[in-house]
Amino acid sequence: MSWLFFALLFWAAAWALNVRLSHSGLVRSRAGRLVVPAIFGITLLVVWEGIVRGLAVPGVILPPPSAIGARLVTELPTLWADFRQTFIKGALSGYVIGCGAAFLTAIAIDRSPFLQRGLLPVGNFVAALPIVGIAPILVMWFGFDWQSKAAVVVVMVFFPVLVNTVSGLAASDSMQRDLMATYSASYWQTLFKLRLPAAMPFIFNGLKIATTLALIGAIVAEFFGSPIVGMGFRITAEVGRLGLDMVWSEIAVAALAGSAFYGVVALIEKRVTFWHPSQRN
Amino acid sequence: MNRILPVLTVVLVIVVLWYAAAVQLNKAWVYDQAERAGEPAPGFGALVGLTMNQDRPVLPTPHQVVVELAKSTFGMAVTSKKSLVYHGWVTISATLLGFVMGTTLGVLLAVGIIHNKAMDLSVMPWAIASQTIPILAIAPMIIVVMNSMGIQGLIPKAIISAFLSFFPVLVGMVKGLRSPDQMQLDLLSTYSASQGQTFWKLRLPSSMPYLFTSLKVGIAASLVGAIVGELPTGAVAGLGARLLSGSYYGQTVQIWAALFAAALVAAALVAVVGAVERRTLRRMGMAR
Repeated sequence: MSWLFFALLFWAAAWALNVRLSHSGLVRSRAGRLVVPAIFGITLLVVWEGIVRGLAVPGVILPPPSAIGARLVTELPTLWADFRQTFIKGALSGYVIGCGAAFLTAIAIDRSPFLQRGLLPVGNFVAALPIVGIAPILVMWFGFDWQSKAAVVVVMVFFPVLVNTVSGLAASDSMQRDLMATYSASYWQTLFKLRLPAAMPFIFNGLKIATTLALIGAIVAEFFGSPIVGMGFRITAEVGRLGLDMVWSEIAVAALAGSAFYGVVALIEKRVTFWHPSQRN
Repeated sequence: MNRILPVLTVVLVIVVLWYAAAVQLNKAWVYDQAERAGEPAPGFGALVGLTMNQDRPVLPTPHQVVVELAKSTFGMAVTSKKSLVYHGWVTISATLLGFVMGTTLGVLLAVGIIHNKAMDLSVMPWAIASQTIPILAIAPMIIVVMNSMGIQGLIPKAIISAFLSFFPVLVGMVKGLRSPDQMQLDLLSTYSASQGQTFWKLRLPSSMPYLFTSLKVGIAASLVGAIVGELPTGAVAGLGARLLSGSYYGQTVQIWAALFAAALVAAALVAVVGAVERRTLRRMGMAR
């Protein structure tokens, strides 16, 4: 019972602290903007731990964060092997192939407004479909190993990146294109010096959406069959054995990988599109 | 009119490519059969004929998928386990329940966030960060844990759906409720409007375009959540179960039919939200 009481007390104290902090001058600084959510995150973990221990929730329903952390540390080699299989082999290779293919397709249809008008509605439509459903088919075609996961990722990331790249290539305005024409720039010169740089904010928007999709695709495809390594495999296998602390550590790794992947792409975007108003402050 | 022709062309190209791919992928089986029967390999014309209507093709042709879709939608009693209407309804009901739960929660939390600075600073960074993590990975765990607590069927799937639709709605709604500019807020404060009046008369109406945009994202995510939520229980019922049992037994036509059914359901759900959006925005004088 004392655990429960402690959790409630901690919650109240942390909340009071956060309310104070958010009305003080600190939040206008960069550090303050990090401290407040960090306190909130720690509070959630403490309350979780307190409730699980206080109410004696069995570990097969919800393990406490401390148990998950301990499992995460002891199972580090397994988690690393799963991460390599799912993220580096499956998601990352699929992401590179899919985004590259989408980019090249967008360039290829760039000269034909007819194809663009046709492809954009189709691409938008496909981007809203539950494409993960294609996973069982691709697992059948490419086998259980990472190739089938990469194939699922390719299909999932293709359309968002394609749609964004096509609309990005249309983003430069006619005044700028006219200027290039007065320089008597060729199609390729205009493309590389004006239209691709102008398209970058759009392209990165698509690339950022695709990071999340890539990881989801790689994990869900493993639910349909995989070798005995991989994050999706480990999640289903450990759920079956009720080893929920392992499942949670796997989810923690997936969350970290997902946000790091997104962060890296966002960082590259910052470097590439430094001129864009949204990046200047 | 100048949109329809290009779209039809693209669709036609896709269908043609699909037939070509079907011939290419299914021909191995035909050659294998011919070799076993001791016959010479069939010529191209015969090959095309033999690859169009196989029972278990590597890639079913479009007409096979359409026939299977029509058969399992209209040709079966609605209560039959082979009817896609039955499976589709199982998935749609979980999707809708989860969508309503997730949207309600998202809107309520957004209202809290715009009125409470501490909540804004604590919750919002996590809500945005959560968009980058593969939440779908928790689906099997939710199903099994709730199963061990004695809760089965609709509710666990709806919770996964709710989880997936919650974050887009929250983020979109916070943006929408903040969209009135300072001039408009100042005007309401010169009217000495209370916080509640500002909310109902200014913030909520001007958030509608943002709400509908995120609702469309949310309902598509809900459907994905419901389909993935049907996988860990084994093939019981629902479109996800059809995908899974098809992949267990090598019934490729069944997988493709389920996939197309899921696509049609997704398109229909998004279209319904879109229609409500157009009506609402037109009534509110916001239609573009």
